[in-house]
Order: sequence, then C-alpha cells, then structure tokens
Amino acid sequence: MTWFKSNKGPRAVLREEDKTVRTEGLFTKCESCRAIIWKKDLDANDRVCPKCGYHFKIGAHERLRMLFDEGAYETLDADLVSPDPLKFVDRQPYSEKLAAAQRATGLNDAVVNARGKLGGRATLISAMEYSFIGGSMGSVVGEMITLAIERALAERVPLIAVSASGGARMHEGVLSLIQMAKVSAALVRLDDAHIPFISVLTDPTTGGVTASYAMLGDLNIAEPGALIGFAGPRVIEQTIRQKLPKGFQRAEFLLQHGMLDAIVDRRSLRNYLIIAQSFFLA
Amino acid sequence: MSDDEIADKIRSLESDIDRLARERPSSRGSEVERLRAELRRLREAIRPGSKAWERTLLARHEQRPYTLDYVERLFQDFSEIHGDRRFGDDPAIVAGMARYHGHHVMVVGHQKGRDLKQRQYRNFGYAQPEGYRKALRAMKLAEKFSRPIIAFIDTPGAYPSVGAEERGQAEAIAHNLREMNRLAVPVIVCIIGEGGSGGALGIGVGNHILMMENAVYTVITPEGCSAILWKDQDHVEAAAEALKLTAPDLQEFHIIDEIVPEPPAGAQTDHKAAAEMLDGKLRPALESLLGMTGAQLREQRYQKFRSMGAVVRLNKLYAP
Ligand SMILES: [Zn+2]
Repeated sequence: MTWFKSNKGPRAVLREEDKTVRTEGLFTKCESCRAIIWKKDLDANDRVCPKCGYHFKIGAHERLRMLFDEGAYETLDADLVSPDPLKFVDRQPYSEKLAAAQRATGLNDAVVNARGKLGGRATLISAMEYSFIGGSMGSVVGEMITLAIERALAERVPLIAVSASGGARMHEGVLSLIQMAKVSAALVRLDDAHIPFISVLTDPTTGGVTASYAMLGDLNIAEPGALIGFAGPRVIEQTIRQKLPKGFQRAEFLLQHGMLDAIVDRRSLRNYLIIAQSFFLA
Repeated sequence: MSDDEIADKIRSLESDIDRLARERPSSRGSEVERLRAELRRLREAIRPGSKAWERTLLARHEQRPYTLDYVERLFQDFSEIHGDRRFGDDPAIVAGMARYHGHHVMVVGHQKGRDLKQRQYRNFGYAQPEGYRKALRAMKLAEKFSRPIIAFIDTPGAYPSVGAEERGQAEAIAHNLREMNRLAVPVIVCIIGEGGSGGALGIGVGNHILMMENAVYTVITPEGCSAILWKDQDHVEAAAEALKLTAPDLQEFHIIDEIVPEPPAGAQTDHKAAAEMLDGKLRPALESLLGMTGAQLREQRYQKFRSMGAVVRLNKLYAP
C-alpha cells in the first residue's frame, strides 16, 4: 500500500514524559501499530492511521460527510424511534439504554438515512452508527433501511448501505430477527427494477446484518481489516474448542474465500463508488 | 373448571378465532385480540410448561418429533434429494419430494438426530451454508414445477464454525431470505421445535407461519442472551422470559399466524397425536393458498413481512 506523508502538521514525535499529558486531546494512539498520531493528521487522512493503514471506526455522520459531494446531504426518517415493544429489561431497562444511546449520539437509532450527491449523481446512503448499541438492528434500523430501499425504487436513485453492526438487537427479540427478512424482501424489488445497491461492510459487520442486506449488494465491498462474519469469533472458538486461523473473518479472509467483490481503502472509497455507479447507470 | 372443560373451552375459542380471522383476514381487530388473550390465559392454566424457559426445554426435548417424524406420519412417497451442487450435502437440513393429501409438495426442514450417532451425523440440527443452499435449490425446483413448499424449522441456530464462515454462512442465509421472497408458489412454514435465530429464518420466509404450542422462536438462545446482557449463565430463565420467544408472544407480535396445539404434556409424549394436530392446521392453510396466483403469493408474502416490526414516529403514531 502506498502512503504519502502528510505535510499538514508536525509529526508526532514525543518525549516519553509528554505522552501521558499530551496524548489527552491532541494525540491518539493507533489501536493497531500503537503509533502516537496527531489527531489533526488522522482527521486529514480520513481517520486512517498514517503509519500502518489501520482504519479507525467512524460515526455515521462522519461517513456521510466523507462520501457525499462537498460533504453535503439531508437526513431522512430521523424521527423513527423504538417503542420498546417487549418492555425488555436485563440488568437495566432497554428503554433506559435507548435513551442513553440517543443522548450520547444525538440519533434516535443506529442508522442515518441520507440523500445527497455522489459524483454529481443523486444518491441515497444509509450509514450505520456503531456507537448506538453496537450498531444493532432492531425494528427501527430494519424499517429505515427498508424505507431507503423503497425511496431508491420510487425515485430511481442508487442506494449505498454502509454497515457497522454487531447483528440483530436482542432487546427487541424476534422483531429484530425478522427485519432481516423484511429488508431482504424489499431488495427483491430493487433488484427487479435494476437499481444499483452497493453494500459497504466496515469494522465490524456481523450477525443478522451480514446475513441479510450487507451480503446482498450488487457489489459487496469492505474496508481493509474489517471483521465480517455471521457468528462472532468467540462463539466459534467456544463451539469448536480450537484456535482460530490467523486473520479469520477479516475482510482479506473473506476476499480470499470469494465472499467480497473488493477491499477498498477508505481514502479511495468515494472514488470507487463513483466509478461503480457510472458503470451501473451510464 | 376441570382440565377437560378448559380443553373444550380452548377448542371452541380456537374455532371462533379461526372463523373471525377467515372472515376478516387483515383484521387485527379487538375481538380477535380479546379472544386470543382469553385463549392464552386458558392455555397457561392447563399447561405445566407455560413459562418461557420451560417451553424452551420442551422445544429441545430429545423425544420431541423432528421433521422426518412428521413427514413419516403426514406425507406419502417422501423421496429425498441431496446436495447443493456446489460443495456438499448437509445432513442437518433435509429436502425432498412428497405427497400431502394428494398434493405434490416439496418438503425442506432442519433435522436433528435421536441417538448419539444420529445426533452427530445431523450436527445437532446446526445447518451449514450448503444446507441453506440445498434448501433453496429444492425450493426453486418446486417453483419451476409449480409445487408448494412446506418448511419445517427445528434448529438451535446456524452452525458457528470456521468452515461455515469460510463457505459464506451469512451469504447463504441472506441469499435465501431474498430468494424465498421471489418464490411464486405457496410456502408454509412450521416451527416445530427450536427456531434458532438466523439459522431458522434462513428457511423461514413463508406465506403462512404455523408454530407448535411448545416451540420457541428467538433472536438468540436464552443462554447466549444471559451471557451477553447479564454477563453470566445464571439468568437463562429471566432471559427466556424477556425475549418473548413463545408461540403466544409471537402471535401477539404478528410474527406467526397460527398456534398448533400439542398433546397436553407436550408433543414428545405422543408423536401421532402431535402430527394429527399439525395436520389440522397445515392442510387448510395449504389448500387456502393453492387458489392464489404466483403474483398474489409473492405480494402477500411481501406485505406480510413488510408490516413486521414495532416503530413509532415521534409525536405521531406510525404503522410500518
Ligand atoms: Zn497504525
């Protein structure tokens, strides 16, 4: 992989005593190579580690700003919320967990539906927010993705889904599970109408989201190093009681096994999507 | 009331509900809801295994009738077809041609084993990608020759293993979810035991969904839910309750259409009676769908799943 050194700021060369003080706020540590990176460098680099290429997790709005022309878009369906249909309580009530996630993210649930332009072409993007209860899919996420598909169909506009999800949301029981079927059913109509649907799988995309729309794109593409699978690695380890192979369930592993069309670096993702859409839509 | 009187009352309520549902198929009317609530109360009164965790254990009972037990009792000329024509044959899912009350049908279903050897052969009902691909191949074959499909669900879940992931477990299930929606023939789903998450749903997209009274259908096992949300293994009962995985719960959420009653102590006590009870719901369900065109069946199935979920719009009511 090629990487051009950023000249936008000073390099992060720190004395040992500086680290403890100054990493707070201005600097961040790469989760992969442990390099200390100046945050402004990281932001200017689409939150990809300049040293090792590790893709940091990013939020839904950050994703949308990166992808749409001029970072401009309008949000849709943002007023849908879960009524906590099961009145689910574990160690804390689901309603409280939802309220806390809503306060922390400013979103009503784990996906943002948006309309904007991509390479000058009207495009719909649904971007998932992993920090909202692990990007889990309950009724609201399922409904919003379905609405995005229906809107793509009605307006004859291509749709991109950017996934980051731990799977179906337990707190809504089978109502969450069944969203997999609902979204997949809607995709039949999009498919029949020859309207492009591109799935972008980011770290991590597992469980019910992978086993539904995330694997049903005309193209399924992933960011480097993204964890992608059906069962979580720990569940598999417990079941088979053996060590997992190196790189298991990473994007590169899936590509090797024929499950992905491409692995695309975040810094090239926008360009890749523009090329794909122009292939699909003349 | 004695148990017999309660049983009589349950039967009359069931026929009232059936009649109302037939007369106004789209209704979620209060009368049907009221009768269902009454039915639930009576069933709870007569059943020892009415609690969610007890039902989960019953659903997993090793003497419970499995797919081939029902096939043997309800179908004639069952002729199995094997393999996904891609990689292999998964014994955790069976598929085959059969006749049911004179109709040619395609049967697909999870299959568990009864003794140790069979259990291992069937991988405890944990299906792999080739199982889902075989099932879809069988369903497409049925569609090609205009035969209805009857799917039996009984799995703890899709198999979590390195091989299953390598061969695209997620893709196999996702593909089935989309392609089952295209099928232009009737699809009836019977949840007979464990409806384990995506592994169950992977052959579970139908026009009509039946669920045995002591079957469960859940997004995650109570054990898994307890481990993740309670961070221990001591809360399986609380998790089972919270997940709302029983047939009456799922009927309330419009996930299933009908509950198939079981013999009083559960289907495991009397396979013949359990099969007859399933027959009592399966046959009318099939025959009512046979009059529909392929386009109508696709549309009905689409609308059925489209309306599933619980969502509100801020400040105003919203029905998906
Ligand atoms: Zn790094």
